[in-house]
Amino acid sequence: MSVISFIVFFIMYKAGDPVELLLPPDATHQEVVQMRAYLGLDKPFTTQYAIFVKNALKGDIGNSYIYGQPAVDIVIERFPATLELSFLAMFFSVILGIPMGVIASVKPKAILSRSIMFFSLAGISIPVFWTGMVFVLICSVYLGILPSSGRGEVLYFTSAFTWDGIKHLIMPVITLTLFQLALIIRLTRTGMMEVLMQDYIKLAKAKGLPNRIVIYYHALKNTLIPVITVIGIQFGQLIAFTIVTETIFAWPGTGKLIIDSIQNLDRPVVVSYLLMVAFIFVIINFMVDVIYTFVDPRVRVK
Amino acid sequence: MKIFENEIVSEFFEDKLAVAGVFLFIAFIFCALFPALLSPQNPYDLEQLFLENSFKAPFGEFLLGSDEQGRDILSAIMYGLRISLYVGVASTILSVLIGLIAGLVSGYFGGIVDTIIMRIADIQLSFPAILVALIIMALWGQGVTKIVIAITIVNWVYYARTARGVVLSEKEKDYAQSAKALGMNSIGIMFKEILPNIMAPIIVIATVRIANAIILEATLSFLGLGVPITEPSLGSLIANGYQVLFSGYWWGSVFPGIVLMSLVISINLIGDRLRDVMNPRLKR
Repeated sequence: MSVISFIVFFIMYKAGDPVELLLPPDATHQEVVQMRAYLGLDKPFTTQYAIFVKNALKGDIGNSYIYGQPAVDIVIERFPATLELSFLAMFFSVILGIPMGVIASVKPKAILSRSIMFFSLAGISIPVFWTGMVFVLICSVYLGILPSSGRGEVLYFTSAFTWDGIKHLIMPVITLTLFQLALIIRLTRTGMMEVLMQDYIKLAKAKGLPNRIVIYYHALKNTLIPVITVIGIQFGQLIAFTIVTETIFAWPGTGKLIIDSIQNLDRPVVVSYLLMVAFIFVIINFMVDVIYTFVDPRVRVK
Repeated sequence: MKIFENEIVSEFFEDKLAVAGVFLFIAFIFCALFPALLSPQNPYDLEQLFLENSFKAPFGEFLLGSDEQGRDILSAIMYGLRISLYVGVASTILSVLIGLIAGLVSGYFGGIVDTIIMRIADIQLSFPAILVALIIMALWGQGVTKIVIAITIVNWVYYARTARGVVLSEKEKDYAQSAKALGMNSIGIMFKEILPNIMAPIIVIATVRIANAIILEATLSFLGLGVPITEPSLGSLIANGYQVLFSGYWWGSVFPGIVLMSLVISINLIGDRLRDVMNPRLKR
């Protein structure tokens, strides 16, 4: 994480001077110099980085140049909205994706399986921003049944508890879910097809066990390991994809924040966001390792 | 190379959807190569644009409608297709080259070189691809070549990892060992002996990643961080159309989106079939 913070800090330093964006174009030279000194930007790079590290170790990444509040606070404040979208999307993808993948693998030639596979092919092929846009076009512009932007009424960090909030959630969540769902279907199917050809499946069938038990107990269990790994990796991708979804639906989460901050060269906010994403990745990897031990008794945490 | 033997080619064409994918893809390539022959208008020749033609609905004088400046959407799509495909293919070729060399060297020599290359790969993979590309483009500004390089930086890791994995198992096999015993040098063994055996998985990944690269480029352009407005890709056409979407001019972004989607679907159909045909674990 320290390597990451250095790289991000360095490229944001190279990116340019935020002061020019912050002050009105008719600002005097003196104002520019004052502003720079106030933000600590007049010092050489090494000094700036040293100050940054010293403060970061105390948990202070600096104030946002735009909002004037601590950058970490701004990111944390926006995070529930992003996590809400990501969790819901991941939840629906897993709940729907694994059974659909299993169905498609058991009878690959059946019409239902073929439709599932075509759906999943479309799912990975359609760009997320385009799906979102078409939803807005149909549901908001023409039918006018769903709101096209914002989060609606928020209760306990999430809008899932109010009817108004749910209405705001539907489109962003479906948009975000489709791609993940398609990916999980494909992974489960490929994994299952490979496992179903193994000898122990033939043995289980030969023993006369009912098909349902062979598929859902013996085969699925062995398919789940790679699927769980990918779900872990994909959770990070989901958080990144919220950048697109939040831009389309004007969702007040971190994705929209990062796009605005990149454009405004708001270095502390960008650094805090990336550190936060890296931190979440570490936690997810840990969680994936823990889940392994439940699914696969051969893996034991030492 | 093994993959071009007849058996696999004929097996590939057994699947009707895959054949449809191949035809669709060839059609798209044709449009992209010769847009001037096929398009009704040169969308970027200002003398051919007339403001009184702005926002004409589709299926009339303009088959797919026209935009704010009276530009024919169909023509704009054909020229946009060219840029989208160029970015997808160019970035994939570049990242396959870099990834293969990095993976071969890393897997074959091991040790400190391996550690450094794989550490870089790990750090990069700990961030979602779209985020890495987004930050590169945000700092670097728009441009077709820049986006090709940004996508290459994001994608080489996948090839490097796959190549490394295959090399690790291949280099212990008899043929590689005997080449070594016969006094062949490392570069010869890597490129003449081991490389042909890596190509199958690499080709499968490359097909899927072309599709991915095209989507990534479209997404970045949609967010305003991709290709410049003078060289619009399908993604930037969709973005332009999105700005007037709420006024009811839906055709400006819906049609480029459909083309983008069909292009990616055709590539994925080919990729899927290649994977099924080349995966030895699915063979009885």
